[in-house]
Amino acid sequence: MKLKKKELTKSVKNFTINFGPQHPAAHGVLRLILELSGEVVEKADPHIGLLHRGTEKLIENKNFLQALPYFDRLDYVSMMAQEHTYSLAVETLSDLKIPERAKIIRVIFLEITRILNHLLAIGCHAMDVGAMTPFLWAFEEREKLMEFYERVSGARMHAAFIRPGGLYADLPFGFLDDLYLFVFQFNTRIDEIEEMLTSNRIWKERLVDIGVVSAKHAVDWGFSGVMLRGSGIPWDLRKSQPYECYSSFKFKIPVGNSGDCYDRYLIRVEEMRQSLSLIEQCLNVIKKGPVKSNTCKQVSPSRVEIKNSMESVIHHFKYYSDGYSIPTGETYTATEAPKGEFGVYLLSNGTEKPYRCKIKAPGFGHLQALSFMSVGHMVADVVTIIGTQDIVFGEIDR
Amino acid sequence: MTLQLNLNKSFVFPFILFSNKNFEATLVVLPAYLFFSIKCLKNHVNYRYTLLSCVSGVDFNASTYRFAVVYDLISLDFNKRIRVKTFLKEGQLLDSITVVFVNANWWEREIWDFFGIFFNQNLDLRRILTDYGFEGFPMRKDFPLSGYFELSYNSNKKRVVSNLLELSQEHRLFNSESSI
Repeated sequence: MKLKKKELTKSVKNFTINFGPQHPAAHGVLRLILELSGEVVEKADPHIGLLHRGTEKLIENKNFLQALPYFDRLDYVSMMAQEHTYSLAVETLSDLKIPERAKIIRVIFLEITRILNHLLAIGCHAMDVGAMTPFLWAFEEREKLMEFYERVSGARMHAAFIRPGGLYADLPFGFLDDLYLFVFQFNTRIDEIEEMLTSNRIWKERLVDIGVVSAKHAVDWGFSGVMLRGSGIPWDLRKSQPYECYSSFKFKIPVGNSGDCYDRYLIRVEEMRQSLSLIEQCLNVIKKGPVKSNTCKQVSPSRVEIKNSMESVIHHFKYYSDGYSIPTGETYTATEAPKGEFGVYLLSNGTEKPYRCKIKAPGFGHLQALSFMSVGHMVADVVTIIGTQDIVFGEIDR
Repeated sequence: MTLQLNLNKSFVFPFILFSNKNFEATLVVLPAYLFFSIKCLKNHVNYRYTLLSCVSGVDFNASTYRFAVVYDLISLDFNKRIRVKTFLKEGQLLDSITVVFVNANWWEREIWDFFGIFFNQNLDLRRILTDYGFEGFPMRKDFPLSGYFELSYNSNKKRVVSNLLELSQEHRLFNSESSI
């Protein structure tokens, strides 16, 4: 029997699999359509929007103060960083100046938030890759940090503490002492986590040379934060376009040189140490003083004032019922959130509601490069890449 | 409304307006020149706005030029930001900039999804954040906050079904006159 040429060659089709939306390594509700050739990824198409809540639309229907808590709920592991960006945007539009103490407390909490986020990022990343212990240790530390959140705002996560014009309230008694105790012991905790991971053979085999992004590609894909620094670009908005009082503190920006997942892990660890040093510097310079701006139209009066003056009662009532209007204008305010550049494009038309509030979430920009980063890697490496991008769906789906 | 083109020496492309309010550089260009302007801003040696950080859409439903598309660019070399705005009438197309910035793709998809602004030459213009099979453009000002449909689980059919929205109370819009 003569074999035909057609029978000798077999046509092979790429295998398409569905990853998620309910998968522990998808960091939430990511649905990926993976096109595979064998076990190698040919194409990854992320389907997002499964957690879409219409935050931007809701904000357009709330006044400026009511819009604030939505920002906690975007990236629910770096809450205060986002309400801070929004507060900054409102302050830019209404030209509000805030007192020195408020600025320093803001920096303290921004850095606490950064540690909070990086602990989760590293812990969950390690767990995705197969290491359970660092996750448990990281969450124990997160618990302590969330207690600090709870002490100032009453809420462990969705704090609504940083508000346009300053802060919700001053720090409770004894807070800074306890924060000092935390700072004192936390360096050792980072050492312990590093001991488990940094020179761990399995960890390195899974991370080194995975998801390599060159500096040019990182810029082309609009990366920010750790993703950009991992590729060797020393770009940190706290340094390059300083806000609050970051310009008066000393800190270093860790930068990677090979742009792989391992570099980004090292950067996150180092950023935690830098945050710790920033908190320590804040503890050294913090002074007594007011924590709110004294423009009574845009800031709620204090309890003492309400009890002593009728005018304050009126301001308080108007502030919480009507809200306040801010002048017509637009601003794009961006800050260095733990995940990257978090931006708020706020458009005001002179009423008490934002006309448009566009939220630039860093994760949204990073996730669209997932396909680019994972092509040529194995399926298991896709999980590593999702982990290194530090994806949180609250902010991507908005 | 006639638009006066500004052939200023400071930019190598035509633009309508430049402002620097709050130290935020803002440039308004005609939709026809948008692609060219963005390309210049990215590649010209004097600008080097190489990183596209965000693209946002705005709906001004009361005006002739109903939509605005706003591009935020960063120049890492000069540590500068610039905002490029363009205004569109309803139904007007805008050239996609995905050739210049690859990451514009998702932002353009988002604007298409939310506002229904069609981007010419974007090869991947699918909906992105709304549900599969969603109809309408939710971020337009004339789209109600509550939407038109609600989803519920039907235990007879063993699946999620979508029904027309029924509110037990009309949605109330508070403003300074009505809120108290």
